[in-house]
Amino acid sequence: MPELFTKTMARNIYLGGSVFFILVFLALTFDTTARLPKRDHRENITEQVALGKKVWEENNCIGCHTLLGEGAYFAPELGNVYQRFGQSKDAIKAFIQSRPVEGIPGRRSMPQFNLSEEELDAVAEFLKWTSEIDTNNWPPNING
Amino acid sequence: MTTSLLKYPSQAVAKPYFIAAIGLFVGQILFGLIMGLQYVIGDFLFPEIPFNVARMVHTNLLIVWLLFGFMGAAYYLVPEEAERELHSPKLALALFWIFLVAGALTIVGYLSVPYATLAKLTGNDILPTMGREFLEQPTITKVGIVIVALGFLYNIGLTILSGRKTVINVVMLTGLVGLAVMFLFSFYNPENLVLDKYFWWWVVHLWVEGVWELILGSILAYVLIKTTGVDREVIDKWLYVIIAAALITGIIGTGHHYYFIGTPEYWQWLGSIFSSLEPIPFFMMTIFAFNMVNKRRKQHANKATVLWAMGTAVMAFLGAGVWGFLHTLAPVNYYTHGTQITAAHGHMAFYGAYAMIVLTIISYAMPKLRGIGTAMNNRAQVVEMWSFWLMTVSMVFITLFLTAAGILQVWLQRYQPNPLPFMAAQDQVALFYWMREVAGVVFTIGLILYIVSFFVKGNPQEANS
Ligand code: HEC
Ligand code: HEM
Ligand code: HEM
Ligand SMILES: [Fe+2]
Repeated sequence: MPELFTKTMARNIYLGGSVFFILVFLALTFDTTARLPKRDHRENITEQVALGKKVWEENNCIGCHTLLGEGAYFAPELGNVYQRFGQSKDAIKAFIQSRPVEGIPGRRSMPQFNLSEEELDAVAEFLKWTSEIDTNNWPPNING
Repeated sequence: MTTSLLKYPSQAVAKPYFIAAIGLFVGQILFGLIMGLQYVIGDFLFPEIPFNVARMVHTNLLIVWLLFGFMGAAYYLVPEEAERELHSPKLALALFWIFLVAGALTIVGYLSVPYATLAKLTGNDILPTMGREFLEQPTITKVGIVIVALGFLYNIGLTILSGRKTVINVVMLTGLVGLAVMFLFSFYNPENLVLDKYFWWWVVHLWVEGVWELILGSILAYVLIKTTGVDREVIDKWLYVIIAAALITGIIGTGHHYYFIGTPEYWQWLGSIFSSLEPIPFFMMTIFAFNMVNKRRKQHANKATVLWAMGTAVMAFLGAGVWGFLHTLAPVNYYTHGTQITAAHGHMAFYGAYAMIVLTIISYAMPKLRGIGTAMNNRAQVVEMWSFWLMTVSMVFITLFLTAAGILQVWLQRYQPNPLPFMAAQDQVALFYWMREVAGVVFTIGLILYIVSFFVKGNPQEANS
């Protein structure tokens, strides 16, 4: 082994291999971004959906929930909550609005965020848009 | 404490970095324990510290203490490898305080005001980057991180480029530059959630399964050279092969996060194939460490360091390699995606690879930085080795309990004929969350012992070598 496989060869595999796969990854990224519009339905990203994403972020909902399977595992998946709540934005809004300030004794609790009507509408609209992304059939069932 | 034990006095700037790392580690674990309780006593500390706040503090402290550890490692090993003083120790010290104060202010912000208020106060409107997992920091904190990183890279870069360019130094620098470059993607936050997620992984995955592996590999190589006396040529060759395997598998391996977030189906093939090869570099690290220790030319006085180094090699393979492989194939991930299985893997991988490599270099460097010698006295080393076993074994148990909870969760909530809603399934597995919390307490005892080990005095009879 000592001289058959030299340090220079090892270095060249590292450099060549990395550069090659970086280029492949960039090409795949280019291809993916070209295909995405059909899957993410970006034509439906209204100003309201964009505001909803901002409300989602500025209240750190991801710190308890998963969204499309990513985030925290403390509270229900919300990528399909629009379906789970019978395709009702009002039900989503009502749920968020009705969280008790002091939580629910003994139960994992969600804060009362005191969102305005506009913010509530926006977040519900954002969750509806998210539920329509083509996720290759994930999650496996309605429970997320 | 006669003449300095450091080859280059400027290496001494590593010391505050290591102390800060350990301090923040303690904070991380305290918030882990809080969350562990909230998992079973849902309203614990509610609404004062909601779960999401504890989680941000836990994960952000983790990232920050690892960054302190990496920077400390660089300041320590780069001058020695380059055979010259650090370009500017003053800059290194200034950046230390900037980073520490910025980090502390951010954590205080998380804990003292609602997150939405923090977003408003810090002008998230101007450039919204907050509210995404691991990237919760206010935008100005992110800018601060970039400034610190630039100053750090300038300092380290100049030292390396004008000194002896060893493989360890060049790989370390490449990893650190990669770390900074990939972090820039945290500033890209499009309105389109799918694009947001796609590039979010360029920070998270390409860190831990990409450039951070270069940092891990070079610190491990450095410590092995120092503790075993094995020829540098041999070690260099191993290092190249390991990082080649890491990048060849890990870059396209990013695809294992592109199965179900809206990205095209072909990622299920690409992600499954390449990511199932990702354990290879971690396995090579294990072989590497054991091989070098077997071939050692000297018995190093610091037995604790050798234990940490071997432990890193084994635990990184278990956490990243084995527990990563467990859920990386698309048909498996379809069921495990976003469950406690993910948490199990995340814990063992982060601890086994990155927490442990930082503890390894601290163990090696601290006795010298403190002017004590090449190693702590025997009693202190015994305590340190106890802390190694307590933390490592309890992390194995945390992982096993979370894996059990995860398998049950998948069955109850996603697989069985009459699947339960999320909250009902969580109630069913509470026993495992209790056991995880108990293991977490043992981990904490290990951590306390670790800190104690720095203050254990030697036996007076013991000869000082
Ligand atoms: C501190 C943790 C926490 C945060 C932060 C949080 N939630 Fe929740 N959320 C929960 C918990 C726990 C439940 C389950 C409550 C229950 O069943 O009693 C829940 C349930 C929900 C549900 C109903 C899901 C279902 O299937 O029953 C919706 C919708 C929801 N949250 C939306 C949000 C939104 C939007 C945000 C951000 C503005 C948010 N949550 C932030 C903890 C949180
Ligand atoms: C006392 C021991 C610990 C306890 C009780 C604990 C508990 C937790 C909990 C409850 C979560 C949130 C999971 C969720 O989202 O629902 C979490 C997340 C996390 N913790 Fe810990 N933790 C501990 C120690 C550690 C250590 C030592 C590390 C690494 C060095 C670590 C790294 C992480 C990471 C990376 C996450 C994010 C996981 C993910 O997103 O999948 N934790 N921890
Ligand atoms: C030291 C290296 C590694 C670290 C620190 C690490 C850490 C993590 C963390 C924290 C997550 C959760 C991310 C989130 O919050 O969404 C995760 C997810 C994941 N990791 Fe790793 N990982 C490592 C290596 C690997 C390897 C080598 C593999 C494959 C063999 C792998 C496979 C996965 C998969 C498939 C997921 C997605 C889980 C899901 O669908 O929920 N990881 N990793
Ligand atoms: Fe990954």
